[in-house]
Amino acid sequence: MHENLTVVGSLLIAGALSLTPASAGTLFISNEKDNTVTVIDSETLKVVKTIPTGLRPRGMVLTPDFKELIVCAGDDNRIDIIDTEKLEVVRSLESGPDPELVDIDPAGDRIYVANEDDGMVTVLQRGDGKILAEIPVGVEPEGMAVSADNTITVATSEQTSMAHIIDNATLKVVANILVDVRPRVARFTRDDKHVWVTAEIGGTVAVIDKATRKVIKKFGFEIPGIRPELIQPMGVQFSKDGKLAFVALSTANRIAVVDTATYEVKNYILVGQRPWHLAIDEAGEKIYTVNGLTNDMTVIDVATQKPEKSITVGRLPWGVVMKP
Amino acid sequence: MRFATSCCRRVVAVALISILLPVHHLPRAWADASATAVDPSAPPTLKAHFVYLGKKYPEPVPLSLLDKVLTDEGVQGTRVAIKENNMTGRLIGHQHDISEVVLEADADVVAKARELFKNNEKLIIADLEHEDLLAVSDLPEAKDAIILNIRDSDDDLRQEQCRQNVFHLPPSWAMRADALAQYMTWKKWRRWLLVSGQGKKDLQYAAAVRRAAAKFGNKIVDEKTYKFDAGSRRTDSGHQQIQTQMPLLTQTSSEYDVLFVTDAEEAFGDYLLFRTFDPKPVIGTHGLVAVGWHRSFEQYAGTQMQNRFERQAKRAMTERDYYAWLAVRIFGEAVLRTNSADVATLKAFMLSKDFGVAGFKGVGLTFRTWDQQLRQPILLSGPRALVSISPQDGFLHQHNQTDTMGFDKSESKCRLSS
Repeated sequence: MHENLTVVGSLLIAGALSLTPASAGTLFISNEKDNTVTVIDSETLKVVKTIPTGLRPRGMVLTPDFKELIVCAGDDNRIDIIDTEKLEVVRSLESGPDPELVDIDPAGDRIYVANEDDGMVTVLQRGDGKILAEIPVGVEPEGMAVSADNTITVATSEQTSMAHIIDNATLKVVANILVDVRPRVARFTRDDKHVWVTAEIGGTVAVIDKATRKVIKKFGFEIPGIRPELIQPMGVQFSKDGKLAFVALSTANRIAVVDTATYEVKNYILVGQRPWHLAIDEAGEKIYTVNGLTNDMTVIDVATQKPEKSITVGRLPWGVVMKP
Repeated sequence: MRFATSCCRRVVAVALISILLPVHHLPRAWADASATAVDPSAPPTLKAHFVYLGKKYPEPVPLSLLDKVLTDEGVQGTRVAIKENNMTGRLIGHQHDISEVVLEADADVVAKARELFKNNEKLIIADLEHEDLLAVSDLPEAKDAIILNIRDSDDDLRQEQCRQNVFHLPPSWAMRADALAQYMTWKKWRRWLLVSGQGKKDLQYAAAVRRAAAKFGNKIVDEKTYKFDAGSRRTDSGHQQIQTQMPLLTQTSSEYDVLFVTDAEEAFGDYLLFRTFDPKPVIGTHGLVAVGWHRSFEQYAGTQMQNRFERQAKRAMTERDYYAWLAVRIFGEAVLRTNSADVATLKAFMLSKDFGVAGFKGVGLTFRTWDQQLRQPILLSGPRALVSISPQDGFLHQHNQTDTMGFDKSESKCRLSS
């Protein structure tokens, strides 16, 4: 009874703020210019802590057990590991030069790092940091995505304009798929059948079929009043049911909402300036985007597709991930 | 707010065709360059060959002792880029090569060019001065070549002296002057004192500054000319004379906001800073400069480019190095996307809406069809840090905002004949 009252109470407060309550969790935002990670409580939307990291923190991934946050510190040529309870860097791993984005296998054992300055993907053992492989790919690797079934990893290289498919058993490149200019982010769909690759300068998204390794669809964006060259697709997140995709459009200052069955753009949500990466909560209710040029994070309600609030973070926020 | 995407601005057709064609039926344009990994040890299915054609011109010695005297400007950029082309190429069975042809200052570049064209070398990266560039491009054998100008900013090369086989990578003087003029307009520093050298390039840039002032409603309140030769940059007790000379040069009864200097030939520009009669900032070829590349630039993965270049060349990347790098990347991008090394195919692609090369400027770089000038944002940098990037917000254009800088289609005096 007492518990129910509390729930009703918090709903009332939330209603008064015209906010629907988010599922409880912690957001981590990497601030490229500040050399910090901002920690935000998703319920209160208050900054809990600012964690100092290595130089130029950008790409981040949570381990599947949620205990550790892996942060690329590009200008220190290393990976910092943040304990998500202690909220501090507890150890660092050698990552190869200039790590930009990372992903981790579903078991939480292997870390895949894009070495932007070096044309390589470095594969590390999470436990002891042992380098298992350095896989040559194209020029300026960035996007990294491990498939849910752990069979392949997709790396994108910006200057080569390709998605490289790495076989996770042999750690060799088994396919190279040409996409539009400057591919930056790769993300698998919720059903693990396709991988979406965004091309920042090409202005398009390529949808690659995991089984056939072919581009099955390529689409772009048109926003009235926005010059086409400002529409630069970057981060991608899928709704919990997999039916919608949210694509950050960087200098267009908007998030596109795309129907994943028809590839039709359903909506453009105005956020802060230069949104790059996105996070979604476990319940699938909120999307979070960090806006590099306005130093803030926008909270978007998935059901209404409306931006609800923005919270100041550090300078040049780059990546965002959410721990449930 | 519902906007259907009926079409996208990049090649949907390419994606569709590329799904249909298997990788081993190669030499067709738009064939699939993807699919399974190519064995890097297998012989390439497509070879492309470029020539870097330059001359050891006597270069103006930089006034500042912080700037090294370089003998390998430009060519170092191509060396970095050819590696990048092949990092991509090896994944799809392409091999790109480049020959470096750098002649002595008194050598006959026209004879050498004729020989190259006869050997069917038609993809040329030209590090040539104005007269040599035109002489080479006017050869009958050059008619079906693509010559990428990486050196000259002269406006007439984009106007009356334009050529159908020449593409221009560096910004013209007009683009540079407009880039600075937009920023000055935004700052409301609208009264300029123009101080120019007497060299040919100095005068061309000065003419572009006058044009930019009129174009954006700024005013040149007075003009001065520096009449001395550059002389040696090293003297045992040189600063005293300069300290008295520069106030004399810049003294004017007119009120002004900034001093716009055009000294492309390095006679005096660096000497103006902190020595003007009135305490005014210096912009133009010195002070705040409008350039395609600068060591202070890091955005849009520019850092990675700076690092790659410095690892290779053991020095900082200059603007000419950047355009040489970009020239190889432009050929590389055209070969990659068309899956062809055929000159006509590449040229058609470079001028098509599907072309766009990434050059660390945050947008795809394309060519203006009316004068074959590369469209590009222009960096405004101080001596030690980036200040801004033009075009500035608020300068609007019906098609492409970068066309607010330089000669737009309606102002073009270029008539390209095929």
